[in-house]
Amino acid sequence: MDILGIPLQALLGQLMLGIVNGSFYAVLSLGLAIIFGVLKIVNFAHGAFFMLGAFTAFLLAQYMGLDYWVTLIVAPLLVAAFGMLFEFLFLRRLYGLDPIYGLLLTFSLVLVLEGGFRVAFGSSGQPFATPEQLRGTINLGFMILPLYRGFVIVSALLLCLVTWFIIERTSLGASLRAATERSELTQAFGINVPRLITLTYGVGVGLAAFAGVLAAPIFHVNPSMGSSLVIIIFAVVVIGGLGSIMGAIVTGLGLGVVEGFTRVFYSEFSSTIVFLVMVLVLLLRPAGLFGREEG
Amino acid sequence: MRTLSYTGLALLALALLAVPFVPQLVYSVFVMKTLCFVLFACAFNLLLGHTGILSFGHAAFFGTGAYVTGQLVKAYGVPTDLGILAGGLVAAALGALIGALAIRRSGIYLAMITLALSQLVYFFFLQAPFTGAEDGLQRIPRGTFLGVIDLRSDTALYYVVLGIVAAGLWLVWRTVNSPFGNVLRAIREHEPRAISLGYPVARYKVLVFTISAGLAGIAGSLKAIVFQLAALYDVHWHTSGDVILMTLLGGMNTVFGPAVGAALVSALNHYMDPFGAWVTVITGLVFMTCVLTFRQGVVGELGQWLRSRRASPSAPRARPRSPAQQQ
Repeated sequence: MDILGIPLQALLGQLMLGIVNGSFYAVLSLGLAIIFGVLKIVNFAHGAFFMLGAFTAFLLAQYMGLDYWVTLIVAPLLVAAFGMLFEFLFLRRLYGLDPIYGLLLTFSLVLVLEGGFRVAFGSSGQPFATPEQLRGTINLGFMILPLYRGFVIVSALLLCLVTWFIIERTSLGASLRAATERSELTQAFGINVPRLITLTYGVGVGLAAFAGVLAAPIFHVNPSMGSSLVIIIFAVVVIGGLGSIMGAIVTGLGLGVVEGFTRVFYSEFSSTIVFLVMVLVLLLRPAGLFGREEG
Repeated sequence: MRTLSYTGLALLALALLAVPFVPQLVYSVFVMKTLCFVLFACAFNLLLGHTGILSFGHAAFFGTGAYVTGQLVKAYGVPTDLGILAGGLVAAALGALIGALAIRRSGIYLAMITLALSQLVYFFFLQAPFTGAEDGLQRIPRGTFLGVIDLRSDTALYYVVLGIVAAGLWLVWRTVNSPFGNVLRAIREHEPRAISLGYPVARYKVLVFTISAGLAGIAGSLKAIVFQLAALYDVHWHTSGDVILMTLLGGMNTVFGPAVGAALVSALNHYMDPFGAWVTVITGLVFMTCVLTFRQGVVGELGQWLRSRRASPSAPRARPRSPAQQQ
């Protein structure tokens, strides 16, 4: 069966790849949106933390012989702890200044982390084995799905939904949203806002690292795996607007799918389609699809 | 202080003119590269320091200048002077386009948009048939300048580069110290008020974007002629990051602070080159220190120290809001 001259198998295959990429975009832009909401800082290092997650998992597996499932939990926690330390020691000094300084500080962290890992491991990729339980494929009837990719999609979406639920439906989320809207007033109600800020940064960074561990068996683990991704995430965030959690998730997934289709029909544009969509959105709806106009 | 700075300027000009005569002291190609980055950083600072706009994609203009000049001179035999001019013009046109898109949002979003758009430009040069992808445009002939000066000689090329960069810096200085520059600073300090005073702020922003991009393009063109190479690194976001660091390190509230920053960063890259990826780490650490501790930059801090020293014996004066207004 062909659609527009493209075999259905190939179309579905690319669509599935698009959804996998889209899940990464969703998890990453979600973390970026949470951090921006509370800290008012665009975390340039988001891609670097993604890379750090993948490398931490790789190192834990390589040198401590930890199981994939353990690294999937431990690596994001370690990276989150590192992120919180960074926030506590450095990022904190820039609150109240022009937000571009936050962007520049996190950018400088990218250079240090990427450069450091390049010194230690070189630029080429490190192979990362797919966990045994998730090798092989399942036949969905209309297509054959590699098990691991299915696992990535399901766990990324689950993570997005859990995060959304915590922020929108629990009391912790309520104080977080309160701190986003009026941080001084929230502090006056006896909520420890600085601690909440550190925690938020940790959660955002942890999400990025988790995505990194998920991505490790699919992409090769290498020092620059995050930096090209973070630029795409920025475009995603400009398209969706940083104001809405659900907006970030939906835009991320949607753009992954659009990218997948572009690869089928016009592959020259597959690496730039997200940026072209961004241009279109800027022309038609400058505040972004889900955005409120910001200062 | 005024005579002091004039003396300093004269000494600097003399030293720069003398560079080709002391090859055992400095390598003139290295000075030429630094000069290109001096122009690039000062042009960039028209946006960051003087208008308060952070463009995170200035490598797009620098690299476009390099590729356009390289291709025209190499493939079509266009004279070098016209090639450089064309590089600047195409970069300026691209700047008008990207500027018009980017200023639809402001602040942090604008930074992200310019970065994303510069990535678009990067992919264009990666995939376009004439750019040689990963290899870049190599062996660009230097040609002659105005039909008489043979640029194959490093000394001749050096004086041409010095002259063009000086002209570019003069243009930056004129832009900053003009009524136009005053409006830019008004936009930086209080955009809503500038709008309410009736200034077409969007048009001003696009225009300064165009000037800045055009000069950045000329810097890139010169670099392509000096090294006879236009490569992907010129359009890469690393280069955009480098120019931000130069500006921040030198002092973004000054006119020529970025020039000092450019010299420092070029020297860092030059002397750390044998250490490979450590350059990136050290650049990152310098960047971090800058953002955290001296956001005024080297020249900014120095200027403030000089002023405070002169003012301290008598009654303390109110500190000026922006050193740029003092120049």
